[in-house]
Order: sequence, then structure tokens, then C-alpha cells
Amino acid sequence: MAEIELRGIEKRYGEVPVLKGVSLKIQDGEFLTLVGPSGCGKSTLLRIIAGLEDQDAGEVSVGGRTVDGARPKDRDVAMVFQSYALYPHLTVFDNIALPLRTRRLSFAQRLPLIGGLLPGRTGIEKTIRVEVEQAAAMLDVAHLLHRKPGQLSGGQRQRVALGRAMVRHPTVFLMDEPLSNLDAKLRVQMRAEITALHRRLGVTFVYVTHDQSEAMTMADRVAVVIGGELLQVGPPDELYRDPRDLKVAEMIGSPKINVVARGHWADDRPILSAALAPQTKHLAFRPEAAVLTTPTAGLPGGTVTDLENLGSDIFVHVALRDGSETVVIRTAPDEPRLSLGRAVGLKVDAARLLQFDEAGRRCGDIEQVAA
Amino acid sequence: MSVMALAHRRARPAARRRQHQAAEATVGWLAVSPALILLICLLFGPAAAVILFSFTDWQLGASTFRFVGTENFAALWADPPFWKALINTCIYVAIVVPGTVGLGLATALLIEASPSLRGFYRAVHFLPVMSTMSAMAVVWGTMLHPSIGLVNRTLAVFGMTGINWLRDEHTALLAVALIGIWQGFGFAMVLFVSGLKAVPQQLYDAAAVDGADGLFDRLRIVTLPMLGPVTMFVIVLTASRAFEVFDSVRVLTQGGPNYASEVLLNRLYSESFDYLRTGYGAALTVVYLAIVIALTIAQARFIERRVHYS
Repeated sequence: MAEIELRGIEKRYGEVPVLKGVSLKIQDGEFLTLVGPSGCGKSTLLRIIAGLEDQDAGEVSVGGRTVDGARPKDRDVAMVFQSYALYPHLTVFDNIALPLRTRRLSFAQRLPLIGGLLPGRTGIEKTIRVEVEQAAAMLDVAHLLHRKPGQLSGGQRQRVALGRAMVRHPTVFLMDEPLSNLDAKLRVQMRAEITALHRRLGVTFVYVTHDQSEAMTMADRVAVVIGGELLQVGPPDELYRDPRDLKVAEMIGSPKINVVARGHWADDRPILSAALAPQTKHLAFRPEAAVLTTPTAGLPGGTVTDLENLGSDIFVHVALRDGSETVVIRTAPDEPRLSLGRAVGLKVDAARLLQFDEAGRRCGDIEQVAA
Repeated sequence: MSVMALAHRRARPAARRRQHQAAEATVGWLAVSPALILLICLLFGPAAAVILFSFTDWQLGASTFRFVGTENFAALWADPPFWKALINTCIYVAIVVPGTVGLGLATALLIEASPSLRGFYRAVHFLPVMSTMSAMAVVWGTMLHPSIGLVNRTLAVFGMTGINWLRDEHTALLAVALIGIWQGFGFAMVLFVSGLKAVPQQLYDAAAVDGADGLFDRLRIVTLPMLGPVTMFVIVLTASRAFEVFDSVRVLTQGGPNYASEVLLNRLYSESFDYLRTGYGAALTVVYLAIVIALTIAQARFIERRVHYS
């Protein structure tokens, strides 16, 4: 059993606060991604869980056991790094075998040359060989065991790094942007492989990424970290549908959510069936939450400035007539083609319109949408 | 259009291309000529002259010389001081290289381990490298003086009787070698420090998660392998510098006592300039050059094979 619990984690580098009191509970066997822009503190949080860095305040427990001050190797966690961090002078076999050797062989048995002569070593090495070969076979790198990391492709290195992490059956996997050094096609493929691995091993995965699409496609739950704060945790579709903060709404979803200032869509116009809350300052809606119409008096509208044809969808960029904002609307490819510069009207689905106050917090409709 | 005109038209580009190639070759030779002239005057010329002299009986300052074939080399082969010098040089290299590399690496690790006063320690350890060996040798000569030297006086405080380090057959070469280590390890340290900075932190992190977080394991699994290329470079550099040992021997022992600290370059200098046997000295130089070139080739091969990662 390895649920992870973080209680009020704080971390600062000198005067700069990196984490401002993060509390989070990760269930046993869950796949949780930490997503946020660069420098938001998500990697630091992962390193604190791993024990590679010490927090300034707060507690970490893994499997119900407080691990503050415990060394990484005593926390029963495995980690996969962005740069793979394979030992370049060791073969793939030795790379994968290393965590087993450091744990099972005594100090004397690990010594070069004389270590091999000590009693017991041969037997341990035999079981290690079996386990390394099993892990390698599972990740489809069994034919590469005698090679050095320098002779492998990026995807193969990533698999070896996964193998090194899983060979000793840790209860927690920590992954720090493991796919960001791969090309786009391989990244999509490895996403699927990692989620399959998670289902197969059934242990807790904590996965750090800045790529919201990775977070959305892979995770059971997504935790959005921005500016050292944990803004929201929830299943991907909940974050997409029901963001509690404007920053979360903007982080999740591609293309980005449309945000317009309330002033541009004055209350007195009959654009909305729902009444806006008095404190509402920003209105936001997803590209699929609005439809384009012919220009209509009383409805917001603008001119088409760009068309993005993805085959399955066409994203229409509309520069609003009464403001500087551009919004993006999703249309189906079978709808009549629009031409650039054409004037259109905009009809937003009031039920899917999100309201945010001055500080970017959700307001107004929150109870209604959550229900 | 006539056939002739057509042929003429076709030939013209070819001719122009030839002309162009010739011009390019001229420019190329012009461009390399300064380097080429310098190389011939400063390197190949003197080397050829030395090889030529090694087959003569020329003495420095004499107006005539005679070709004597391989007589000089035969004399060299039969000369016990030459063999003594060759063996001593090898012993010197065998002491100085591991000493310099080990001490340089240890100092670099210690300096990098603690964040305070890094710059100061680096500068202090680098000072001997910057100093002139012959001047420092005089200082060492004073320190190793049997009666007034700091070393023996310090030993006396602990009730031990020092020896005449530089005049004792058993310690003269060792003392010179230790001075060689003292002078060179700062340079090795600087190279190791820069090598250590290039070791990716993620490897140490991975090692910590994998359970290799003790000093010994970190060194064995991350630090030493990642320093492989730097270490090879330091070894090559130290070895070639140790092979050239001369100033300290010349100033402190003159190769004595009884050839106990005689080294190749000192032998070469004595034969050529003390005894003015230039032909013999040239033969010695040829042997020395051959050894150095052989070592360089061997080391280059070794480096290419052993330390290539990415």
C-alpha cells in the first residue's frame, strides 16, 4: 500500500518561495499528474517526495509512514528523469541491475574485482539476471542488454530508464517530464505505453509534466500547480469543465479557453440568459461552447481573422468587434465554409459560460455548474 | 550553329573550372605557407639536424665533423649512465603520474564538496603551477637542507633524525618526484574541478534513488566514470610533463649522487653542453624523441578506445 500524503509543504530557495504550502493526498495505485508552467514548483515537489530535496516546512508520508529526512533509497520510490540519467559507461543490463545490486549485495561484494570472489555473490547475481531479463522483456529492450546507452535511440533510452525504475518493484513511481526529450510521434506512443505499464503494475504513479495534453490523456487525476500553489486537483474532465480558477481554465484545454473582460460584453445587452454575478470580471468559455451565427443586433460578434483546419474540426478565430480580444470557436468541417474577413455573430451557451472575479476565482455560476 | 561553335561552347566551362581549381590551390598554399614555413624552421628542420648530428662525431664549436654511422647509438647502448637515466625517468613518471592524478582528484573533490572559500583553495593549490620550477627548486633545496632545512627541523621536533634527502642515493629521486607532484597537482585539480562541474546532477539523483548514495558508490558509479575523459587527459598531460623532468634535477642534484637521480634530459644536457659531445647528445635526443612519440601514439589510441560515451 503506498498512498502519498503531503501536508503543508513549503520550500524556498533563498528569498524566493517555490512552494507555498502544498497539501495533497495521492491514493494507492493512482496515476496523478502534476501539471503547471515551467518554474511553478512541480518538479521541486516531486523531488521532495523522492527525498532528493528537503522541504522547509510540512510533512511527507509514503504508505502511511512519515519519510521526512529519510534518504531516497529508504522511501521505496523509483524515479524516471527527463534526461533519462542512465549511467553512460554501463551497459543496459548493468544500468537496470544497479538498483538490485546496491540493495542486495553487501559493500564488500560490490567492490570491483574482489567482490566477485566473495561467497554468495554468484547466487545473488543469478537471481538479479533473471529479474533484469524479465523487466527488459516487458519493456521490449531484451535485445539491447549488452549495449551502452550512447548506442540507443531516445525512445529506447526511455524504456531502459523505466526498466531501471521498475526492476525492484517500488510502490511509487515518480516521473519528471520523462517524455519531453522525445519527438512528437514517439511521445504519443510512449504515453500509451506508460499508462499501460501503470495498469499492469498497479502501483502509484506521480507524473510531472508541463504539457496539459499529457496530463489530460494519461492521468486518473490532475493536480494543477501554478506559482508554487496547488490550485486544483481533480479528474481531467472535471478540471476542463469546472475549473475553480482562471489560471487552471487557461492551463487546461487546447486551444486555450476564451476569456473576455466583462466590460466588453455589457450586462445590459441580452446576450446571456443567465444573470452574471456582481463580482464577475472575466467571462470564459471553451471553443465548443459557442456557435457562429449571422451578425445579429444585440449579440456579440466580430470578423473572422483566421481558420485552423484540423480535418476533424475547424477552429475559427474571431476578432471581437467591441474589444481587442480574439476568441476561437470550434466548428464542424461540414458547416458552410467561412471566408477571412467575414462578419459573424456569436452565440455562447449560457450554461457553459464560466465567470471569474477580479482575482481569477470562479464565481456566480459555480454551484449551478458543479451540480 | 556549327559543330565547332558548339564544342567551343562546351569546352569553355571546363577550362574555366580548371582555371578556378588552379587559383584555389594557389590560394590554399598561400594560406598554409606561414604555418608551413614556421613548422619547417622550428620543428622539422631542427629535428632533421639533430638526426643528422646523431650520425656524426661533431663537438659543439668544432669546425669539422665526420660521419660515424651508428657509433653514437652503439655507445649509448653500452653506456650504463644512459640506462640508469632511462630507468630513473620511468620510475619518476611512475611516481609522479599516479601521485599528481590522485592528489589532484582528491583536492578537487574536497574543494567541490564544500561551498566556502572555493576560489581561495583553488588559487592556493594552483600557485605552484604558476611558479618557475628552477626558482622553486632552490626553495625546496633550502627546505631539504640536512641541518638548517625546515623538513629535518620539523622531524627533529618529533624526535626523528632526518637524512640528507638530496644527497642520499635512496631518497634523491623520491624527493625530486615529490617536488614534481607538488608542482603539478594544482593543474590536475583545476582540470578535475571543471570536469566535476560537467557531471549532470540528475546522475547523482538517479544514483541516490537507486541506492548508491554512499561516498564509495557515488564515486564508483557516477563521479569516476564521468571524469574518465578528463582523467585520461590529465594522465597524458602529466606523463608527458613528467617525462620532460629537468629543472628540478639540474638545480637540486645534478643527477647525483652516483646517478641516483639521473634522468634523460639531464643526461642529454650534460653530454651536449658540459662535455660538448654533441653527436652523442643528438643520439640521446633521437632516442628520447622516439620514446615520446611512441608514448603519444599509444595514449591517443588508448583514449579513443576507452573513454567515449555519447
